[in-house]
Amino acid sequence: MAIVTTQDVQHVALLARLALGDDELKKLAAQLDEILEYVRQLQAVSTDGVDPTSHALPLADITRPDQRLPSLPPEEALTLAPARHGHLVKVPKVID
Amino acid sequence: MDRLCTRTIHELRSLMDQGACDPQALLEELLEQIERLNPTLHAYITVDAERLRQRLEQRLRQGPRGKLFGIPITVKDNLCVQGEETTCASRILRNFRPPYTASAVERLCQAGAIIVPRANMDEFAFGSSTESSAYGVTRNPWDLERVPGGSSGGSACAVAADAAIAALGTDTGGSIRQPAAFCGVVGLKPTYGRVSRYGLIAFASSLDCIGPITKDVHDCALLLSVLAGYDPKDSTCAPVEVPDYVAAMQQPVQGLRFGVPNEYLIEAGIEPDVKAALEESCRALEQLGMQRVSVSLPHTSSAVATYYVVATAEASSNLARYDGVRYGARAATDGGSLLDMYQRTRADGFGTEAKRRIILGTYVLSRGYYDAYYLKGLKVRTLIKRDFDEALTHCDVLICPTSPTAAFRIGEKLDDPLQMYLSDIFTISANLAGIPALSMPCGLTTKGLPIGMQLMAGPFREETLLQAAYAYEQATEWHRRKPDLRPQTSDFRTGKEVGGVTDV
Amino acid sequence: MTYEPVIGLEVHLQLNTDSKLFCGCSTTFGAAPNHQTCPVCLGLPGVLPVFNHRAFEWGIKTALALDCTLAQVMKFDRKQYFYPDLPKGYQISQYDQPLAQAGCLDIDVAGQARRIGITRIHLEEDAGKLLHDPQAPWSYVDFNRAGVPLLEIVSEPDLRSPDEAYEYLLELKAVLEYLDVSTCDMEKGSLRCDTNISLRKPGEALGARVEIKNLNSFKAVKASLVYEIMRQAKQLDAGERIAQETRLWNAKSEQTETMRSKEEASDYRYFPEPDLVPFTIQPRVREAIATQLPPLPAQRRMRLVDTYGLSAYDAQVLTQHRRLAELFEEAVAQGAKPKPLANWIMGELLAYLNARGQEPSGVTLRPEWLVHLLEAIDAGTISGKMAKELFVESIERQVDPAQVIRESNLRQIVDDEQLDRLADEVIAGFQKSVEDYRKGKANALMFLVGKCMERSNGKANPTQMTGILKRKLT
Repeated sequence: MAIVTTQDVQHVALLARLALGDDELKKLAAQLDEILEYVRQLQAVSTDGVDPTSHALPLADITRPDQRLPSLPPEEALTLAPARHGHLVKVPKVID
Repeated sequence: MDRLCTRTIHELRSLMDQGACDPQALLEELLEQIERLNPTLHAYITVDAERLRQRLEQRLRQGPRGKLFGIPITVKDNLCVQGEETTCASRILRNFRPPYTASAVERLCQAGAIIVPRANMDEFAFGSSTESSAYGVTRNPWDLERVPGGSSGGSACAVAADAAIAALGTDTGGSIRQPAAFCGVVGLKPTYGRVSRYGLIAFASSLDCIGPITKDVHDCALLLSVLAGYDPKDSTCAPVEVPDYVAAMQQPVQGLRFGVPNEYLIEAGIEPDVKAALEESCRALEQLGMQRVSVSLPHTSSAVATYYVVATAEASSNLARYDGVRYGARAATDGGSLLDMYQRTRADGFGTEAKRRIILGTYVLSRGYYDAYYLKGLKVRTLIKRDFDEALTHCDVLICPTSPTAAFRIGEKLDDPLQMYLSDIFTISANLAGIPALSMPCGLTTKGLPIGMQLMAGPFREETLLQAAYAYEQATEWHRRKPDLRPQTSDFRTGKEVGGVTDV
Repeated sequence: MTYEPVIGLEVHLQLNTDSKLFCGCSTTFGAAPNHQTCPVCLGLPGVLPVFNHRAFEWGIKTALALDCTLAQVMKFDRKQYFYPDLPKGYQISQYDQPLAQAGCLDIDVAGQARRIGITRIHLEEDAGKLLHDPQAPWSYVDFNRAGVPLLEIVSEPDLRSPDEAYEYLLELKAVLEYLDVSTCDMEKGSLRCDTNISLRKPGEALGARVEIKNLNSFKAVKASLVYEIMRQAKQLDAGERIAQETRLWNAKSEQTETMRSKEEASDYRYFPEPDLVPFTIQPRVREAIATQLPPLPAQRRMRLVDTYGLSAYDAQVLTQHRRLAELFEEAVAQGAKPKPLANWIMGELLAYLNARGQEPSGVTLRPEWLVHLLEAIDAGTISGKMAKELFVESIERQVDPAQVIRESNLRQIVDDEQLDRLADEVIAGFQKSVEDYRKGKANALMFLVGKCMERSNGKANPTQMTGILKRKLT
């Protein structure tokens, strides 16, 4: 019984905004299944009372002063955009 | 006299200080070497010789002057260089020119170096072979049918082939060390937070490190001393003093203790040649006065699983910004919806491995699976880190092979992602624990392929690594072995082109 | 059937720091599009966030003012979703270790004191702004707002009526204004509000929660809740189930509407932000910020009642805006009498502001002007009517009323001889009214006073005038 079905992958692909073809979908599902099967072994490791490590370094409280710094000149920022409208970035219409 | 491009930074610095080497002559030689070899090796995605000449001219005229004055340093395609196309070897960033330079690269510039950008890599640093680059495969200079390793394959290949004096690579799960091992050069992953990540296009934020890939340990120490240090633009960069690495490197190693983790020795996939080379190296270390002790890293067998859960989760999140809105490629969807634009842009822009990791990463973070996978992974990571803390109370360095095998054939592991992931077994734990690790040449297989030895030490103990590495290097001289790139005896006389997209 | 409404409010407050939450771009409202952006807030490849210390302090300050328990260690998390105004494809927010929790806000609803719980307060970055082309199939994005610091304040579902919700918002806004951490302006978007409501039969389990968005004013919040109660009650009475959903307030039709299919019940895939380290709140930091808190509305109210003898109502109105309360106290300190001063502020000043749609903090009015104005009224130098005009002129010309009085000789005529002569003139000119008055018509006296005012260009003191006329006609 597979851990992950093509439907699962389809759902995840939507979350990740990735269009996948049918063949791709099947292949990915099979590979993902194999990988997750392998990863499942972590379940057997006892982690009672163990805190998760999100940061390898024990650093804390790194902040910066509330100081204004020069912004990027708008031309420089907008030059990077695939589509623009004056000083605005243009995208296909968003329908809520 | 050896050609200039075959020299190390410290040799060139010496020559330049004596007036015996002209930076422009050096650059020309390097460009010549690149021109001759790159069509076959494809260490660089592109090289703009004219631009490099202009940069050098400007540097010579205006400075700044420093330890690296006039020295060309090669930089991996995931490090932003202002105005240069920086793509992470991906289609999705084709033609992207960042308006800023990575802090680490900026430090090289402040030391007077010339940046040679676009060393090839696995797309977004996902991989151990550089085969997933959207801009062509890089070949191992020791055997053109084999991979140079990855993801910093271009950097390691260039250094090994003297098509670079030295290079910067990045390492998330072994991406500096493993290609260094496959190519017979030195590669260092510093302590996490030792070098600023600002401007490094992120793969896994809590694991990514920038580090040097060099021809010898001295150059490694030299480059590290330029790269290391606090950067206010990176909240995860440690405000820890930078010691004199070059001085530390030369300290005697008498009495230093080294441990070979028991679990690593019995790893099933280790090739006999690799095992033998490691044993030989251990004997050499003992002869240098170092003491061997037995150590254990009990959670070794969970490392790969932990890594692939944590790293892909962070990667899937870091890659969400590539959506075609503000920069990079955008798919033409002719009046399609926003959803179409997102989905097509990302489907067209990302390669297979990238998609695989995004899907896996998104899955382990998704509702219902977060606790079982991601959170669990972070907890096992704690256990792995504790293993190293404990082991390093019994010894000063840990020793092991960098990779269970030497370089494998191009195409050999592409169909089996899990196999590819498993070959990272010796390198990934250092990233999970945040500790520094170095790979250096320690032998050749019977087929003449380089074998790498890995040294690991405690957080911010790069001095110890460099110390042990230097002593070993000076005693064994593996670093003097170079691949045979003479036109008469290899494929390089044909200058055959390599390129095009490889995708499975 | 009467149902009990269970209401909660979620307020997003833009902090008025100089720079954004994680980068040095300016937060100023109204700049030209994409003129306040940088690689960090644009989410370019390779950039990293660095936490603004003032946003941290102000967050702590606000949490303390709302009686919350501060976290010992707080961290940031990534909230992931795709939207064009969200540069990184995730928002840096706080999930399970927020800045503060378990606070409260005391409000007064028609004389009833109510304590409303505050579930949590956390910091997060704002997104950019989307504009939609009405004709073409395009939307446009301005990233100036992306990265501006937000404080999210979530109330417990303790509110039981639209009126309570409204009072909660007024009081919360007053407190926030006092803290001077935000411009608190719903029109400029520096204060935003969503609400959620469910209905239940008293004593029974909670009903399905409906979230309402797109609310542009406190009045809209109240109106939308009134509408929802009606809508949900109707459905429940008809035996239908309420759908748990998000609805949008339509200000034109004054109704809530279902949102068109939002993305699959959003899976935000929260996980700890690896690019930011954890932040500790030391007790001494907490103490330092606590001692710097200004007196908050509730405290001021008490002081106004106890020290100056104002009524609870007066105190309530005056403390609704920090500026009003400050003006009051400063003017009293300079000698103004509390009650007339309070009346003047609640009457004339608020009328002035309302007529122009201005906030108290937006008008420059020096306390001594009020003092001088009221002194002049009290001394009879000017009439009440004159004073009103003078007040407006004072603000608009930014000049002390005392000076205006000197300049334009506005002084009321109080000289008895002058008034006497004036009375004689008017009596002589309006014989009919004089006879009417003698016949018993009280209005006729008023008419004559009015004529005196006319003749003197309003300068005659009406009270004195009345007295003089009466004397002469009796």
